[in-house]
Amino acid sequence: MVATLTRIFGVHNLALAEDVVQDAFCRALEVWSFRGMPENPSAWLMATAKNRALDVLRRERTARVFAPELGRLLESEWTLAPVMEDLFAANAIKDDQLRMMFSCCHPRLPEEAQVALILHILCGFSIDEVAGAFVNTHAAMQKRITRAKKILAGSKRLFDVTLAAEFSARLPVVLRTLYLLFNEGYHGASPEAAVRAELCREAMRLVSILLDHPLGKTPATHALLALMCLNAARLPARIDSSGDLHALFDQDRSQWDRQLVGEGSRFLELSAAGSELTEYHVEAGIAAAHAQAARAEETDWKLIVSLYDTLMTLNPSPIVALNRAIAIAQDEGPERGLEEVQSMGDRDRLVAYPFYFAALGELELRCGNRETARRHFSAASAVARNPMERRFLSGRIAVCERDATP
Amino acid sequence: MSEFLFLYRGADRGGSPEQLQQRMQKWTAWMKDLTAKGHMKDQGHPLERTGKRVKGKQKTVIDGPFAESKDLVGGYTLIEARDLEQAVELSKGCPIFEAETAVLEVRPIMIMNI
Repeated sequence: MVATLTRIFGVHNLALAEDVVQDAFCRALEVWSFRGMPENPSAWLMATAKNRALDVLRRERTARVFAPELGRLLESEWTLAPVMEDLFAANAIKDDQLRMMFSCCHPRLPEEAQVALILHILCGFSIDEVAGAFVNTHAAMQKRITRAKKILAGSKRLFDVTLAAEFSARLPVVLRTLYLLFNEGYHGASPEAAVRAELCREAMRLVSILLDHPLGKTPATHALLALMCLNAARLPARIDSSGDLHALFDQDRSQWDRQLVGEGSRFLELSAAGSELTEYHVEAGIAAAHAQAARAEETDWKLIVSLYDTLMTLNPSPIVALNRAIAIAQDEGPERGLEEVQSMGDRDRLVAYPFYFAALGELELRCGNRETARRHFSAASAVARNPMERRFLSGRIAVCERDATP
Repeated sequence: MSEFLFLYRGADRGGSPEQLQQRMQKWTAWMKDLTAKGHMKDQGHPLERTGKRVKGKQKTVIDGPFAESKDLVGGYTLIEARDLEQAVELSKGCPIFEAETAVLEVRPIMIMNI
């Protein structure tokens, strides 16, 4: 709703749009407290927001300037109501979300601020909830979002999604932001939970909106949605019903969402059009390789290693290198995996990453070096970020200590 | 059974969508409970925070009450209870009391006893 109202009021009136939405929520919930919830609450909320917007437009049209592109249409009582009807139509609303998505990926904003803004404005997360997603304090996140909104409100207008050249130029940034959003939910570092499925769902929802737009329907977008679907398919096994974290090798694969796997595979096929190969393609390929194995033992690790080799050429990050080393260990044995880790150039960048130490621990354990493994798992535990990770790592420590030679 | 009016003043308003939802759920639950126990006559309505006052013989029309005013009645509910004491007891379950400023007024409806 904020996206739609910002379109109507103009991006410089972003704060007004937020106020109207907040107001609509308050009113709706007050009435529903007394008279019960309606059958279609979101339609009700939309209608309320629209009516409040109409009030604001009528009351303030002499005092304020609204969206420059809509100008005269909003000033005249003859055109006001029908224009509002059009602006609130379903397809217009989706377009508004797209416009807002692109606007939030403002070049002057750092990546984290772009993601934070999308979560706050498009996904309706409160400051607290966004702070939770990024392991920030409320105050720090408030500052970041306020500053980002100022920058956004300072642009002359919302991003124009009809300008093909600009759209294509900004699309990679939008894709990256949505990728980061998904990752935050999947590999989250929040102090409460290792996995936040709602962030993954929001990311997937927003990519779907992108795909509905002719300019957004690119192989890279398909690849991104493929990778999201294929990874999200594993979520029900990644965190079990008691909230415990399970490594890939150890997941109950019957819990994987086969429908999502199917959709992911479909998008992966669509992404094969054209000659563009992005990181998303490769990561989706890796996720697909995992999805195809009915049991961990049946995984085609050689394929996965070669995909990681490709990924390293596109994105030589230490985490990619680590995952590649783990895949090599699966294919050629734990000693080889340890060799690969030791030869990684920038391992020191992983010192705050619990799964770096956990991977070392896993490999040492498989080599039979229980004491070394235990030390690594303890180091991992020291940088663990939430109770799920800590429980998982305690479990591994216990395995090292169990049947230890006296 | 007699009827009583609950008049709500000083309730919490605003908050994050999460807080608003939680508040709504509590009110809905309390109202459901009153209904289930046979005390609900009319759930009532929340009231807009503006209005007009018409005063005296001259019927002068002035603005008011105002949104910031402590007297502002935010809504009402009509309930049935054995007596004023029971009505007051029933009112204590209202989620309005999470607010420091909450005041719930309980007024017996005047009835004609034949």
